[in-house]
Amino acid sequence: MQPEQQQKQQKQGIDVTVLVSIGRHPITGRARRAEQDARGLELALAMEAELPGSRINVLHAGSQDVDSEVALRSYLGMATGVGMGLESMTLLEQPDGSDAILPLVEHLAATSPQLVITGARAERGEGSGLLPYALAEHLGWPLVNSLASIEKVENGVVTLLQALPRGQRRRLKVRLPAIISVDEAAPAARQSAFGPARRATFSVSPTASDADSELAQWHLSPARKRPKRLKIIKSASARDRFKAAASKAEGKGGQVLTDVTPEQGAEAIYKLLKEEDVLR
Amino acid sequence: MLDTLLPILIFTALALAVIGAVRRIRLWRQGRPSRVNLLQGLMALPRRYLVDLHHVVGRDKMISNTHVATAGGFVAAAVLMTLVHGLGIAKPLLGGLLLLASTSMFVGSLFVARRRLNPPARLSKGPWMRLPKSLMAFSVGVFLITLPTVGLLPEGLLEGGSSWLLALVLAGVVAWGLGEMFFGMTWGGPMKHAFAGALHLAFHRRAERFSTKKGGTGRSTGLKALNLEDEAAPLGVEKPADFTWNQLLGFDACVQCGRCEAVCPAFAAGQPLNPKKLIQDMVVGFAGGSDAGYTGSPYPGKPVGEHQGAPNTPIVAPVVMKEGKALVDAETLWSCTTCRACVEECPMMIEHVDAIVDMRRHLTLERGKTPNKGAEVLDNLIATDNPGGFDPGSRLNWAADLNLPLMADLKQVDVLLWLGDGAFDMRNQRTLRALVKVLRAAEVDFAALGAEERDSGDVARRLGDEATFQTLAKRNIATLDQYRFLQIVTCDPHSFHVLGNEYGELGGHYQVRHHSTFIAELYEAGRLTFAPWKGGSVTYHDPCYLGRYNGEYEAPRRVLKALGIQVAEMERSGFRSRCCGGGGGAPITDIPGERRIPDMRMNDVQQSGAELVAVGCPQCTAMLEGVVDASAEVRDIAELVADALVERPADDVSGVSRRTVAATTAEEVAL
Ligand code: SF4
Ligand code: SF4
Repeated sequence: MQPEQQQKQQKQGIDVTVLVSIGRHPITGRARRAEQDARGLELALAMEAELPGSRINVLHAGSQDVDSEVALRSYLGMATGVGMGLESMTLLEQPDGSDAILPLVEHLAATSPQLVITGARAERGEGSGLLPYALAEHLGWPLVNSLASIEKVENGVVTLLQALPRGQRRRLKVRLPAIISVDEAAPAARQSAFGPARRATFSVSPTASDADSELAQWHLSPARKRPKRLKIIKSASARDRFKAAASKAEGKGGQVLTDVTPEQGAEAIYKLLKEEDVLR
Repeated sequence: MLDTLLPILIFTALALAVIGAVRRIRLWRQGRPSRVNLLQGLMALPRRYLVDLHHVVGRDKMISNTHVATAGGFVAAAVLMTLVHGLGIAKPLLGGLLLLASTSMFVGSLFVARRRLNPPARLSKGPWMRLPKSLMAFSVGVFLITLPTVGLLPEGLLEGGSSWLLALVLAGVVAWGLGEMFFGMTWGGPMKHAFAGALHLAFHRRAERFSTKKGGTGRSTGLKALNLEDEAAPLGVEKPADFTWNQLLGFDACVQCGRCEAVCPAFAAGQPLNPKKLIQDMVVGFAGGSDAGYTGSPYPGKPVGEHQGAPNTPIVAPVVMKEGKALVDAETLWSCTTCRACVEECPMMIEHVDAIVDMRRHLTLERGKTPNKGAEVLDNLIATDNPGGFDPGSRLNWAADLNLPLMADLKQVDVLLWLGDGAFDMRNQRTLRALVKVLRAAEVDFAALGAEERDSGDVARRLGDEATFQTLAKRNIATLDQYRFLQIVTCDPHSFHVLGNEYGELGGHYQVRHHSTFIAELYEAGRLTFAPWKGGSVTYHDPCYLGRYNGEYEAPRRVLKALGIQVAEMERSGFRSRCCGGGGGAPITDIPGERRIPDMRMNDVQQSGAELVAVGCPQCTAMLEGVVDASAEVRDIAELVADALVERPADDVSGVSRRTVAATTAEEVAL
């Protein structure tokens, strides 16, 4: 592409849709903005500051009531300057317990944003963390999880920094449109301000609700913290105990695969799952 | 010649003064409306000036006498001069009075001049340095031109052909004096303080802070609520014109005496705040321009001349990196501990804290820019009703073994014990346990809300989050409404202040007492007996929110006296007490300075020679105990009292009640 055209693309920015859900405070259970989704929106806002002209659409599928409205508005309260595109939120209205995936897919397909950002896992309901994958599957777009930052968008290709375990980072180039999911590795969300949150509006569009029949049969109960296995450290010196406490268990017998075809990768994973008796 | 010249001079000066006044008033009226009873205010003006203002000015006898002589002399001289020389009513009596007035003014101005010889750092220089000379010019000029009127000098002396030069010189001197005193008063000279100050007293936003003949309390310290129902009303102050008109007028009344600067803990700690400069910046803001003309001490670490503002541009630059400097930097506003020392000292009755919180409200509610831990604390308050993010159900964990009576069970008691967020803090839990012990020893009928209690909203409000404050307050009020009690007792002065002075506007009216007040009353009613004090010397630190906010200086001292302790007072105590640094969310916003405020306070303690500092506030305890290598131990009054309690073995009620409870439990088990 010609440099001017590149310039133009940069100026124009891109359309980003941020999927937000209603969070749940871990101690009191009160509705709030979900931690990961808020980080996703933060990522989008930071990108908008870098790439002026980008438009952020905030999208939520669910019911609208007093509690959830306060939680949803607190995403919009992150608009701390005029023209941040957070004056309103699209709400795909559906009764509680409905499956959000199809309405979201339909909406995304219809509005065709270039980038979709979502939290990795919801704080309420199933919280299976499958939504980003289901969306990617339905839309046929690539998905990158555990995003740390968006570095640049150029010629329809976005350069991303993905977080790997233990602080490692991997730089990826992904052709748009794409879906990215965000967890605790992304920068913390900015403060939500009361004024913009109060002024923001919702554009509600009712959707054909599809009761999640599977979910209805499930029995839901509050999650309990699983007991942690104690590390028993037999060591004489304080130094050893400190080392044992600070270091993570070293994996044994692992294998790093680089430059392999997807088939080879899948093969390796399949083999491992067999070995571990996960698949029989 | 003077006979024709003087009326011209006087009336020109008066006319210019009137024009200036109109212009100045128009500047103030850029502010938002505020309802004041103008007539009542003007009628109350003499009393407010003579009683309330002089109560503050009179703390420095020297200055107050100087001011009486100068200002009294000037006002009298100005009126008489207009009559005698302006209108030509040359009665000897009036002339004599005029001589007297100008003499008084001259004597006063000598003292003003003396203070300016070697002015303390807190005073502004610049035009203020010429003020004594102008005062002298006015008084001497008026004196001399009046001499012929009363016949002390032959009438013809200034008429003769050779003396026209003398007359001209005299006229010049008078013109200088008139220029400063009449013209300068409304056109922004140092004398502006007289004009703006008088109107500020009359139209003060807190009319209730002045005493009345009927004996009004003269205290008004609660912040004013924002109207959150009205979506069109601005959330706090973004630009100077967002202040109410009488706040703007108040800023204009500042005499730049720097008394506020001298007592400000943040300024002393080298944090970027100086209350005097802040008020001057507000004047720069609504008049438009740069702060380059300011001649006092700057904000520590911030050179003068880099900031500018206008009535309708933001006070704090929206984005630091991109927009450069506006009128005030955000960190200046976040340095304040809301200790009110400045307000207490200000002879012009200016309300610094109101202004600071107004501007913080905009930063928090509109921009979401509460610095450092601010956002986290506010999120915690919203999600868990306490700033630490603790499980609200664990508010009573410290009292697990105390069998604390709960309002939910009793519904009606004499005393509702308000725990405050100190209930989550291990140090303050010791204070609370001590207080419970004392209440039991005195057989007080009390109960706590326990898990039903929420943060009072103090910190949210002072961080500018009025919305969270009002939510918390309304929910607390709803909880309190379910129960009946005579009074609330708390060991947290911040809760005390908020419950007592700030819930009223939202519909919660309570009789609130600090535990020191309550303990003093219990002791005086003979319900507590103490063993004599055996420890070393003790000093007492007045918490800002107990002392300056609520005027309670005596009760804690009465309690200490009852314990047999003779308080070794610190130099700054009572209404001049120096803040511990813990108020106003300052430890949360944590703006760096050169020193730490609690260190300075601990130094004060050390200088008093005390081995122990008695406090009455969880914040003060935390801040002062946080000082490394402190020379004194920090104990809450409740702890000292609890330790000194002499048990009354015959009728130990706490023991009895515990036994009854045990018996009841046994019955239930048996059923
Ligand atoms: S309230 Fe206290 S900290 Fe704030 S400006 Fe006044 S004196 Fe300084
Ligand atoms: S604000 Fe009050 S105390 Fe401070 S300099 Fe002005 S008049 Fe003096």
